[in-house]
Amino acid sequence: MNPAALIVALLVAVALAVALGVALGWAASRIEPDSDSLVERIDALLPQTQCGQCLYPGCRPYAAAIASGEADIDRCPPGGDATVRALAALLDRAPRPVDPAFGAPKPAQVAWIDEEKCIGCARCLPACPVDAIIGASRHMHTVIAAQCTGCELCLPPCPVDCIELRPATATSLRYRQSRAA
Amino acid sequence: MAVRSTFPAGLALDAHKQQACGAPIIELPQPPRVALALDQGSGYSAEPVVAVGATVAIGTLVARANHPYASALHSPLAGTVAAIETRDAATEGGRSVCIVIESDGSGRIDHRVRQAEGAASLSPDELIQWLRDAGIAGLGGAGFPTATKLAAGRARGTQTLVLNGAECEPWICSDDALMRSAADEVVLGAILLRRAAGAERCVIAIEDDKPAAIAAVTHAIERQRNAAQGDHDQRDDELTLAVVPAVYPQGAERQLITTVAGIEIRSGSLPADAGVICQNVATAAAVARWATRGEPILSRVVTVTGSGVEHPCNVRAPIGTPLSALIAAAGGYRGTPLRLIAGGSMTGRALPSDEVGVTKAMNCVLVATREDIGSRLGAVEMPCIRCGDCANVCPVGLLPQQLHRAAVADAHDSLRELGVRDCIDCGLCDYVCPSQIPLADRFRDARRRLNEADAMAARAADARQRHETRTHRLLEAAAAEQQAFESVRNRVRQSGDDPAGGTG
Repeated sequence: MNPAALIVALLVAVALAVALGVALGWAASRIEPDSDSLVERIDALLPQTQCGQCLYPGCRPYAAAIASGEADIDRCPPGGDATVRALAALLDRAPRPVDPAFGAPKPAQVAWIDEEKCIGCARCLPACPVDAIIGASRHMHTVIAAQCTGCELCLPPCPVDCIELRPATATSLRYRQSRAA
Repeated sequence: MAVRSTFPAGLALDAHKQQACGAPIIELPQPPRVALALDQGSGYSAEPVVAVGATVAIGTLVARANHPYASALHSPLAGTVAAIETRDAATEGGRSVCIVIESDGSGRIDHRVRQAEGAASLSPDELIQWLRDAGIAGLGGAGFPTATKLAAGRARGTQTLVLNGAECEPWICSDDALMRSAADEVVLGAILLRRAAGAERCVIAIEDDKPAAIAAVTHAIERQRNAAQGDHDQRDDELTLAVVPAVYPQGAERQLITTVAGIEIRSGSLPADAGVICQNVATAAAVARWATRGEPILSRVVTVTGSGVEHPCNVRAPIGTPLSALIAAAGGYRGTPLRLIAGGSMTGRALPSDEVGVTKAMNCVLVATREDIGSRLGAVEMPCIRCGDCANVCPVGLLPQQLHRAAVADAHDSLRELGVRDCIDCGLCDYVCPSQIPLADRFRDARRRLNEADAMAARAADARQRHETRTHRLLEAAAAEQQAFESVRNRVRQSGDDPAGGTG
């Protein structure tokens, strides 16, 4: 065994480690981590109800908050346990039930306006996050069922409580199919 | 012309057809009342155009098709509309809104029912419109509107029209009986359908276990050629007969096309994309009845069979006739029937009662006793032993074993990759499974969940798009407002600099 060869080998290994470490450190500081695509991937798993029950103004801001570590994954009642499971799988965390502080999961629902009672105040129109209510001032409004996410945001502004949420039926899905056909 | 089957696997099953096949078709008298289900089997409902109490005659339009997958309905009775209500029906889920019509016994015929003059000289588009108005739908078991299929074929350019007379499923022989008794109608319908589809050739495919039907259709084709001798326009040399092997599921649309036209229809595409349209022989006969008598679909041939009836037979029954009348025509119940099945023993659907009405899609009523289906009733599902028999019989070339694991785990990506959507529901995997696993049911259920998940995803994508558009619009509005505010402020400031403008 030649001691010189041993030392040379050690030196080469140390030099390589230092060089690679410096290169990686430089790369980490210069190249932006791909956080946008993580936000996109989280956003894709959220139900897009845009209801704000997570206390963020929509699904994408919540996705950004999850990506940055600001919010936990258990804040989405419309998505329910299925969404938490999907998020947990994506982010490699332990799944857990939805935090009841943010609301209880419920079956899919669709807003419905009692057109007899509607006074045409138009206050629900700006409240709808997906522009699914049509109508004009002093004209009765109606909800496009196929586009309603059931977020309930139209309920508080209504001065006559003429909006109610009904269970979503296959009809709205059917409408979509017939449009595609 | 005999051809070999070219789709993978399949299985020769016990046909059980001799029971009903021998006798001629019994014409059922008009029942005192009919229940017309708005969904005639395609899964899409027609829209009623009559109110309760309205007077209708034979052939009066009672529901129109407001969807390309629904078919128009005509009254098979003269009488009054007694009710429009949800009741048991031979459709998916066992319930459908039905139009109930009570007969007044007069037998009046609607004035619109008359011979379609010069059906032979109509243009293809006119023909398609006529077929739509006549409510003609796939009588082979799917109930899909013929006009919609033909229009899709014309839009994509059709070379071959395949007329499906294979009738591969055990117990069913309504098409066989029809071809033997009314082969001329089938041939006339074939010629009209070929023109409507704009197809270059038409092949009538019949399984080799139906020699009488093959002979009848061969003679009908010859008669047609002789009758049209000299009259070049009417002569149809492009109409041929193909004798195909009796292997289940030979009569499944894609499998039959593979056998007859020698092409495999790609997953996710329609036969029409490959230039082929498939129609049932009974549909062709219905087209001929419309052309010669102006009759929309008012009746169809139904096989009433199984060990649970006295004399299995084929009957021509008005649409909406309660099944009890069909069973009475077959001599009534015998023994202890366990199940009433619409369709054959492989793909049929259990019915809620014998009061449901005949639908356009109903080719057979199987009154099954323990003798017929006992082996599967009360069968205990055992774990999969990985024998691979299911993969050996699958006519689509799927791997039911793997699919089953994915279906139980509800793993949507695997289900998609393994092709659960290409499953044709033939039930062969189920049939051969030594562990008695209800594979076809599992796959049907998995497909439903997959479709629901996809629909949800589509809704979510739409909601995201709309939300983004709205957010963008609000931001722009806010920016515009800010800009307007700034410009006013600048103006005020400028005028403030002006000594004449006031104190500033």
